[in-house]
Amino acid sequence: MNDKNSRKKMLNTGDWAVEAEGLVKTFGDNRAVDGVNLNVRAGTIYGVLGPNGAGKTTTIRMLATLLRPEAGSARIFGHDVVRESQIVRQLIGVTGQYASVDEALSATENLVIFSRLLGLGHAEARRKAAELLEEFGLTEAAKRPLKNFSGGMRRRLDLAASLIAQPPLIFLDEPTTGLDPRTRNQMWQTIRRLVRTGSTVLLTTQYLQEADELADRIAVIDHGQVVAEGTGDDLKASIGSSSLQLKIQNPLELEEACRTVEHVLNVKATVSPEGGKITAPMADADRVTDLLIVLRNAGIHLAELSVQKPNQPWMKSF
Amino acid sequence: MKNTMIKPVADRQLTNYVSFGQSVRNSFTMAYRGILKIRRTPEQLFDVTLQPIIFTLMFTYIFGGAISGNVQSYLPVIIPGILVQTVITTSIVTGVQLREDMDKGVFDRFKSLPIARIAPLAGALLADTIRYTIATVLTFTMGYIMGYRPDGGLAYVAIAGILVIVCSWAISWIFAFFGVIARTASSVQGISMLALFPLTFLSNAFVPVNTMPDWLQWFVKINPVSHLVTAVRNLANSGTFGWDFAISLIGAAVIVAVFAPVTVRAYMRRT
Ligand SMILES: Nc1ncnc2c1ncn2[C@@H]1O[C@H](COP(=O)(O)OP(=O)(O)O)[C@@H](O)[C@H]1O
Ligand SMILES: [Mg+2]
Repeated sequence: MNDKNSRKKMLNTGDWAVEAEGLVKTFGDNRAVDGVNLNVRAGTIYGVLGPNGAGKTTTIRMLATLLRPEAGSARIFGHDVVRESQIVRQLIGVTGQYASVDEALSATENLVIFSRLLGLGHAEARRKAAELLEEFGLTEAAKRPLKNFSGGMRRRLDLAASLIAQPPLIFLDEPTTGLDPRTRNQMWQTIRRLVRTGSTVLLTTQYLQEADELADRIAVIDHGQVVAEGTGDDLKASIGSSSLQLKIQNPLELEEACRTVEHVLNVKATVSPEGGKITAPMADADRVTDLLIVLRNAGIHLAELSVQKPNQPWMKSF
Repeated sequence: MKNTMIKPVADRQLTNYVSFGQSVRNSFTMAYRGILKIRRTPEQLFDVTLQPIIFTLMFTYIFGGAISGNVQSYLPVIIPGILVQTVITTSIVTGVQLREDMDKGVFDRFKSLPIARIAPLAGALLADTIRYTIATVLTFTMGYIMGYRPDGGLAYVAIAGILVIVCSWAISWIFAFFGVIARTASSVQGISMLALFPLTFLSNAFVPVNTMPDWLQWFVKINPVSHLVTAVRNLANSGTFGWDFAISLIGAAVIVAVFAPVTVRAYMRRT
């Protein structure tokens, strides 16, 4: 969190790492990405948050030149992903949702080949591979074929491969999905370190909590569209909280019931005009049990009890 | 991770263009990857090692007596035939593996790197010449063990081997094309075998043409595989370059001229 605040201050103005307007990609009738706009400032972590099938991967693939958008346009550091794709490829590192490394080869061989492709000499490529394996704690497994790698090791190797050229923009598609909590925390540390060296990170996740923890700004995406955008705090504020609604049997006890609700839940309750209905924000669901016990002990009988979900449609997915 | 700052975008030299030199270097790196994969999974060489050994033994001892009177005089006929059949069959692997590779996650990484887009295809075609070489050497070696002493001498045998490797490389473009356009690796295998089976068996590879019915002779004589087999026999057994040698090379050139561009185009569209 501290990290995020200090980053906010040093961000230079006006440098966009990603500018995407109206991106569209359809698969048959399925509008997988349906007019996505994204703007990511250089030097920040940007989170794309959405449930499975929302269009996150497809969006990243278009930004990373792996898929051609059907409509709309995108620029990476000012370079068009279609017309200047080869330049864009020099500026990005991509770690896909599924590891994009060679299963048949060892970790070292993988990194050496990618380094060679990126123009490093033979000795230089070996040195780079060893250095990255060391950094990602894979030195001991360096010579083993990847078949025996755990999910976390594969993910780290994949990320290491994306960092060979020290790209200024790194795409991470669901970098922590399927990782155990300890490995996930390591991944979070790594992502934060990347940004400290000046990189920009665009990551996708299915978890609001993860996006909030890491990202400076978040775009919520659902059914191929951006349905909300802002900082984690913006989004949390816009969600609000669920509210509790009570209807009591005896209208004469309404006032006492309202007082009890306010006292036990420690919130401001409202009585609806048509009478008999109390509405109160429910910040802490556990307290509802306490409330019900106090009401019963006071002899106040309920006619109805319901919980109103916050009215942000995209929230339903999380 | 070292906390040294990365190079800012403004200080980077960026080009939207891949030079010819870089394309060649990238292709060789991809070929190196292909060779590493062969080394890591030597079981994928089963076909190129076992087929020459088993086929040579089988065909020679089964047909030798019937066709040439005895095994010894059948060897100069059958070894070039088996050689051509085995090495061409090996070239199917290029298409199958290309399809498998293109479906794998690692291919996404190749596509996201600033490399020549043709490199994975070119590298695969390059690395597979190793298989052809292994199959060629093994077939001649088997023949030698069984008593085959080609009259053309070692130099002409080597030229014959190289001719077969070059022609198989040309033919592998056809299978690479199937590999690029097909949906699954097993369908590539299926289509390719279907195309290759009649071509290799309806030829002069195993039996003399004059024992066949007329209509079949007509096909066998225009079959390019027959010309290649004859060219190899001429080289290995009598040390001569004939018409068939020229026809084989022209055929190979035509295949490359037709299939290399369409394969590259289909490949670029698919990736
Ligand atoms: N290659 C493809 N062919 C057909 N449909 C696809 C393909 N890739 C993605 N889709 C569909 O597009 C939608 C978005 O997918 P995706 O971008 O992978 O979502 P996410 O990464 O957010 O889970 C889904 O409905 C998915 O089924
Ligand atoms: Mg996805």
